[in-house]
Amino acid sequence: MYIEIYNEREQNTIKVEFAGTIVKELLQHLKLNPEVFLVVRNSEVITEEETLQDNDRIELLSVISGG
Amino acid sequence: MSCTKCDHKAVISLQHGNLCKSHFIDYFEEKVFKTINKYQLIGRNEKLCVAVSGGKDSLTVLYLTKKYLEKNNLPANNLLALAVDEGIDQYREKTLIDLKKFCTEHQVPLTVVSFQEELGKTLDQAYPIINKDASKKPCNVCGVWRRYLLNKHAKKLGADKVITGHNLDDEAQAIIMNIFKANTGLAARLGPISGVEEHDLFIQRVKPLYFCAEKEVRLYALLKNFQIQFTECPYSKEGYRHHIQEMLNDFEHKYKGTKQGIVNSFLAMLPLLQNQEKKGLSSIQQCSKCQEASNKDVCNACMMKETIQNA
Repeated sequence: MYIEIYNEREQNTIKVEFAGTIVKELLQHLKLNPEVFLVVRNSEVITEEETLQDNDRIELLSVISGG
Repeated sequence: MSCTKCDHKAVISLQHGNLCKSHFIDYFEEKVFKTINKYQLIGRNEKLCVAVSGGKDSLTVLYLTKKYLEKNNLPANNLLALAVDEGIDQYREKTLIDLKKFCTEHQVPLTVVSFQEELGKTLDQAYPIINKDASKKPCNVCGVWRRYLLNKHAKKLGADKVITGHNLDDEAQAIIMNIFKANTGLAARLGPISGVEEHDLFIQRVKPLYFCAEKEVRLYALLKNFQIQFTECPYSKEGYRHHIQEMLNDFEHKYKGTKQGIVNSFLAMLPLLQNQEKKGLSSIQQCSKCQEASNKDVCNACMMKETIQNA
């Protein structure tokens, strides 16, 4: 499936092809640590166990800010 | 995945279960209020100065301090906010915009002081000069001046306490940094209430978000719709803390509860560290230049200021 991802920290949007099913697997695929991101889909925060659908658009919000 | 307490969809998975939006907000607020009560961070009729930047931590702690005062029928007009503008291009001006809006909306008087006005230079201007002379990282310079101005102006505003937005991640990082550098004296100043002993020249700093993980704070701020733009200090990656932060997040991912474990172990040792530090504590004196607290004739902030003036 294809997932569109907006990464707040990088301030960019990418589309990735992904063979898994849940958010946790997507973050593993992207080599991102779930400790430092919140995942939002359709303005709702979702957990790592949430199932993704083809053509989902998700936002990765950075937990770390400031200095 | 559903909330452990109801049928609603979970927004976070914690060690003790999954929570939906409403139950997470309750859990988070209760944790903060319990910390305030357990460590007596807020006293009746105390004037409270919240150190704010406009980021998620400071807006959350400001909002919850106000809520705590209202909930306990304590006078909300004893609450004020104090921000320090370090003068970091493309960074602080953005967070100050959000901060001013937030303080107006929540009717908390805000005072903004700046490195430029107080010390004659912005951090961007001062850091290369000081760095050349003393091999200081920008975070070292910033830390000294920020603490100096917060203490000085909180005192000027008549505050009894300075409330900061330090969270569990900040504290776990500070503990490990001090252990790695064998700074037991500095470690003794950590904890929910900063400092080893009370002194007239120092305003006590307290941390209501002490047991809240950074991820929880970001989630709370998001669920409460606090307007926060994503900004990152351009100097943050230069500091030692950044490496410790990455290491701890990596550990937390692999071994859940690592940060909490560090803080809990530290709290068990803190009284011992504080006793040891009290024995060897050099007497606090007034800086001969600015009359603020110092452990030597001239305080660090004035020494840095002098370096700039002589450059």
